[in-house]
Amino acid sequence: MMDESRRGFIGKAFGAVAAVGGIASLIAMKKTWDPLPSVMSAGFTMVDVSGLEANKLEIAVWRGKPVFILKYTEDMKPTDGRNVKIGDHYFSVMIGLCTHLGCIPAYRADQHDFKCACHGGEFTDAGIHKFGPPPRPLDIPPFKLDGVTLVLGEEGPEYKAMMAKAGGA
Amino acid sequence: MKEFKILAVIVTLVGITYYGIEPYAHHVMHPEVAPADFSFKTLKNVDTTLAGNVENGKVLVEANCIACHAIDAAGYPQMMPNADAAASYGVVPPDLSSAGRIYDKNYLANFIYDPVTAMHLEGKYTPESGKAFPMPAYNWMSPQEIMDIVTYLQSVTPKVTEGKEANKATFEAACGRCHDMKYAGIQATTPKDNLKAYMGATPPDLSQYIKSRGEHYLHSFINDPQVLLHGTSMPRVGLTEKAQEEVIAYMETIGDSKKAERETLGLWVMLYTLIFAILAWLWKRKIWSEVH
Amino acid sequence: MAEFKKADSMLEWFDQRLGVVNFVKVMMTEYWIPKNINFLWAMGVLLTVLFTFLIVSGIFLLMYYKPDVNMAFDSVNYTIMQEVAYGWLFRHIHAVGASVVFLVIYVHMFTGIYYGSYKKGREMIWVSGMLLFVLFSAEGFSGYMLPWGQMSYWAAYVITEIFGGIPFIGDELVVWIRGNFYVSDSTLTRFFMLHVLLIPLAILGAIVFHFYALRFPHVNNEEGEFFDFDEEAEKYLAGNKKESKVVPFWPVFLSKDFFVLGFFMLFFFYLVFFHYNFAMDPVNFDKADGLKTPAHIYPEWYFLWSYEVLRGFFFEIAGVSGKDLGLIAFGIANAIFFVMPWLDRSPMVKPANQRPYFKYWFWFLMADLIVLTVYGKLPPTGANAWVGFASSMTFLVLFAALPFITKAEAKKVGGK
Repeated sequence: MMDESRRGFIGKAFGAVAAVGGIASLIAMKKTWDPLPSVMSAGFTMVDVSGLEANKLEIAVWRGKPVFILKYTEDMKPTDGRNVKIGDHYFSVMIGLCTHLGCIPAYRADQHDFKCACHGGEFTDAGIHKFGPPPRPLDIPPFKLDGVTLVLGEEGPEYKAMMAKAGGA
Repeated sequence: MKEFKILAVIVTLVGITYYGIEPYAHHVMHPEVAPADFSFKTLKNVDTTLAGNVENGKVLVEANCIACHAIDAAGYPQMMPNADAAASYGVVPPDLSSAGRIYDKNYLANFIYDPVTAMHLEGKYTPESGKAFPMPAYNWMSPQEIMDIVTYLQSVTPKVTEGKEANKATFEAACGRCHDMKYAGIQATTPKDNLKAYMGATPPDLSQYIKSRGEHYLHSFINDPQVLLHGTSMPRVGLTEKAQEEVIAYMETIGDSKKAERETLGLWVMLYTLIFAILAWLWKRKIWSEVH
Repeated sequence: MAEFKKADSMLEWFDQRLGVVNFVKVMMTEYWIPKNINFLWAMGVLLTVLFTFLIVSGIFLLMYYKPDVNMAFDSVNYTIMQEVAYGWLFRHIHAVGASVVFLVIYVHMFTGIYYGSYKKGREMIWVSGMLLFVLFSAEGFSGYMLPWGQMSYWAAYVITEIFGGIPFIGDELVVWIRGNFYVSDSTLTRFFMLHVLLIPLAILGAIVFHFYALRFPHVNNEEGEFFDFDEEAEKYLAGNKKESKVVPFWPVFLSKDFFVLGFFMLFFFYLVFFHYNFAMDPVNFDKADGLKTPAHIYPEWYFLWSYEVLRGFFFEIAGVSGKDLGLIAFGIANAIFFVMPWLDRSPMVKPANQRPYFKYWFWFLMADLIVLTVYGKLPPTGANAWVGFASSMTFLVLFAALPFITKAEAKKVGGK
């Protein structure tokens, strides 16, 4: 003979154990959906920038995303906290996806700017949004300089300095 | 009566929506362009009314053309394999056997006179670009000499019977040096790496272009690519209207091979459905006569 | 255990074991539907038939489709469209059916709103119906990715990117949904699973629930009249078929549905064979290329209105960015129809044209949704962006005003 409270306790304990099992299964399922380790650690992209032509957009691919590398001509002015100097030249290094909805803007060499065909957003040569729906400048991917080689995916001092400036501004 | 009114309201609302998102939106996104010009009347460096001399044309062709071009139909073989030709010139030079048939006479004459203008690629081969088209301009020749060559090329081109084979031959001659047609097992005769260097990008596979671009677009595009895709490095090829129709017909044979079956079956299915609908209506009338 | 006497017929044998006689009565011959209805009441059966078409055509597509980024495009456009006997037919039925199913869903849904069929006991029918709408949307979206064309890829890209706007977890969530930093093979295979198994299962469950939800409050009628179904059913069974306000589901109601279905199918097959570009966008016959954005990206037509609400807000208001405002408005647009029964504060169950204020609201909403849909497809530049903003605002204002409009209406008609 079980009294009421005892039956209540066993019922609750049974319910709790069932809930723990359910939650554990959900966690397992969530992890099954996670990106695979091989995807997460997918390598670093190296780009040798020494041979690039000024005012001609180079597009590298890093983690499936296009990365714009633009070498400035003498008369193109660098923007504070947006450009990196490699050798004697300034460069823009940015993820080439419009910050509105992720389309790839096209570079207009004659106007030194980027235009996104999807929703008409425009960016300066340093990736600052100047027209249309994009909410923020083009993102800068983590990079490190190794001589004239740009290593995408690793955070070097130049990148950290740029981020500090962006955060402080 | 009331039900017809409801139907009319729904048809109107759906009709307005449909008009907005299909014909109207497409009209906004793809504005109409100038109609295709198959006489290439902007090209007028050569007087094409001159009657050409086949004998003299043969002499001129032997002296000027066959060093690079094969003319299989006239017994002039290809000088080197495709890979070597592509390496030397950037792209495999065309065999001229079918040139007299598939290219417009005016276009062909003006092409010989000045290839870059004829192809409408002045934007690509600017003096600043440092690039030069592999074939030189023969603008030093007299119009009579150019017309002799054109007439000769027209005389050697083999007669073809119309149909799928002719369409395929035209496609291969007009497009096959640069474009793949995977669904037909056709590979561009120029190797991919050379093509990429020569064109700036790998030209697309055309298997599904009849679907993705549609006949209407292709009709204007092939005639003059710059009109619809300003700045493209694809040249104006100069096909006659007939040759272009053959190319498009071939693209349809490969890219939309079930078209005929679809259209025939469609009629039968709709006929069947009509009978189904009429019987359903009669049956409904009978059943509802008991309850109304 | 019950006593079984020897059955005299096959029917009796089954009846003893499965109760088929009673089952047929409950489900068909004595399932009562109001007589005072028009062809709009056939949309449910149309949807059931279309869904069956989608499942059957989907099964055959599944035999040849390959969910792999390197093979998907050709398995659809070469193997299925050109090699498999009638493969093209199944694909056309599947693609056109998926598009037309939304047309019928919208007609069904706005019929419900027009006749007030979500009120006074019919709330669960409405909510389960909206659940089906959301599930069909997910099904449509996941399926659109499978042919792996340019529009498949970029629509998937843009729509999954929307989740990136959710505060704090946005960026991780996008990567989690895609299974990669970008739309890739892992995205394709998981969406394939969703499209062919998980969502169809959920849809089947929701359909059963939707039908079940109809049993207690019963189907509405053209005048919103409430009457005693049992009483009317008795009249019918007693032979007073003409006086009774109800008809049985089988054969009377279905005979009308089949008639509507017949003519609807004529329209449907015309689209399948001769006019299918609206459902099979030409751009999607270019293979997906993550490094080449098409000049214009737009979702399928049935998502355009909510997509336009999303991008209608393209500038910052009171310190909140346009992107966040759009996302909030988009969230509201997708959830607001669920609470329709509670936003409509008037107890009146009547067709909209007999309701003094609601009729204006209804036709305003229709007009606004059409404007949203059309401008959702047009490039959002110049004046188009402002039309998008105005119509998005109108949409939100209409729903914000609905409780007040219907409250005022209730007062005017004196609770009738």
